[in-house]
Amino acid sequence: MKAFTVSKAVTALMLAGLVLLPLYSQASGNIFILTLFTRIVILALAAASLNLIMGFGGMMSFGHAAYLGIGGYAVGMLAQEGVGSGFIQFPVALAASAIYGLVIGALSLRTRGVYFIMITLAFAQMAYYVASGLARYGGDDGLTVYKRSDFSGLINLSNRTQFYYLCLACLFAVIFLIWRIVNSRFGLVVQGLRSNEQRMQAIGFPAKRYQLVCFVISGMMCGLAGALLANNTDFISPAVMYWTRSGDLMVMVILGGMGTLFGPVMGAVVYLLLEEFLSQLTEYWALIMGPLLLLIVLFGRGGIMGLLGRLNRG
Amino acid sequence: MLLVVEQFLNGLQFGLLLFLLAAGLTLVFGIMDLVNLAHGSLYMMGAYFAATFAAWTGSFLLGALLALGATLVLGIVLEMSALRHLYGRDHLDHVLATFGLILFFNEAVRLIWGPAGLALPLPAWLTVPVPILPGIHYPAYRLAIIVVALMVALLLYLGVMRTRIGMLIRAGASNREMIGALGINIKLLYTLVFGLGAALAGLAGLMQAPILTVQIGMGENILILAFVIIVIGGIGSIRGAFLAAIFVGMIDTLGRAFLPNLLRQVLSGAAASTAAPALSSMLIYLLMAIVLVVRPEGLFPANRR
Repeated sequence: MKAFTVSKAVTALMLAGLVLLPLYSQASGNIFILTLFTRIVILALAAASLNLIMGFGGMMSFGHAAYLGIGGYAVGMLAQEGVGSGFIQFPVALAASAIYGLVIGALSLRTRGVYFIMITLAFAQMAYYVASGLARYGGDDGLTVYKRSDFSGLINLSNRTQFYYLCLACLFAVIFLIWRIVNSRFGLVVQGLRSNEQRMQAIGFPAKRYQLVCFVISGMMCGLAGALLANNTDFISPAVMYWTRSGDLMVMVILGGMGTLFGPVMGAVVYLLLEEFLSQLTEYWALIMGPLLLLIVLFGRGGIMGLLGRLNRG
Repeated sequence: MLLVVEQFLNGLQFGLLLFLLAAGLTLVFGIMDLVNLAHGSLYMMGAYFAATFAAWTGSFLLGALLALGATLVLGIVLEMSALRHLYGRDHLDHVLATFGLILFFNEAVRLIWGPAGLALPLPAWLTVPVPILPGIHYPAYRLAIIVVALMVALLLYLGVMRTRIGMLIRAGASNREMIGALGINIKLLYTLVFGLGAALAGLAGLMQAPILTVQIGMGENILILAFVIIVIGGIGSIRGAFLAAIFVGMIDTLGRAFLPNLLRQVLSGAAASTAAPALSSMLIYLLMAIVLVVRPEGLFPANRR
């Protein structure tokens, strides 16, 4: 392993930028950039969780945004019912995501390939319609979260800088966890299953059980992102579970580089910044974004990380 | 009784419309192995073309014909310029690239036609109710959709099963290298199939246009339904797509029509009227989940290799 590579340098630069961002925001008085990056960090967390099953596990989930909604609704619904403590809200969000992941994972993993893509999509759409039917919690219009999760003085989520660092800490923790998982025996089995499921089964690994556990872990991570997202926007609506949002997450992962540790973070940063930049440039930003995605697929195999890797060799 | 017959026909009409969309999708999927999320965009373009051309020419039929041609051409251009390069790539690449195309088409429509929706008015002769059974009338236009879609389905079946081109298409689906080695221009064949799929999607869009408003994003919800259909029917199987489409159309329509009343008998009025739309939207996905759990390859898996 080389000590210095271009991709390592760029990753380090990006992470340093993320850590130092609040300082810049304070110095320049630019509050907007901090709000923007809080959203980016949260969605990067969601993309990283998707990458665990998609990049390392080979399970192409097209319904990952459902967890964003489940985590978000756990916070929103509890807040509505008067339970404001984050020590209750966040564990509930994680538990709800785990249960959802367990049920749909057990059913979906019976299929493979495109069928898997479609069945995860179908379950996410179901979750979307369930949320739309929750009349008590705003139904289609969504639910305003009047009070952010309360961590009884430990950390104040209404303080922008503290909240940003909480999200960033969660992101780093999740990436660290993914790194540990991927390099553990469990992670190697899951990656082995991606390469050749039959062979892994033949040497005695219960394939579905390993994949299911991986699926649930990824879902819980994304549920955490959902809980943070609801706190960030002070609002949760079925729209966060819509299938185009799942598509966004996939785009981030593939754009950054599937199956790399920091690729999804890079993808989220680039995708959302590009969206922001283009939408300031022109109202019709998607007119540029769409073909850009097409070009990235056609010419940029391996995403940004793959590109940086090639730079290094060339 | 009247309501039941009417809703039954509505379900059939919706199902046939879904079949037009799903047939193109399953052809492209089964033959080129391409996941085309932008299929819904072609549906939308068909509706926009029809609204525009009908306004220009002043004739609904002429507008519809022109729109059909326009989506065919659009499909061919799309295939030659972009999608052709995606064959043989990973399914994820398809998802990402065609997701980009959806963004592009939605925005292009906003730029050209503006954010407000369009209306496609029907000519007078299509708005009269037609007696179908003694005492039961049904809108002529919906009846026309049923007839046209059934005819297209029949033509498609005959075309694929009884003509030389259809034979080549089926051969291409089962072994593309072999048919290429036998001297068939496989590139041209693929372009043709994609154009056909696009025209079918356009036809579905322009026929649906007078019933709903023509608006941005209209293709996305129905695209998901079409995907559900081809997954239930078995990817690549036209017969499966046909049966699944009718099934899904029925369940969706009948669910929306009768579920609220059914629920009202168990739940309080307010709870039922909020739960019913969500539940009837869910029904289809529930059906798909059940089918995939029981038969992971769909009901009628196409026999491949």
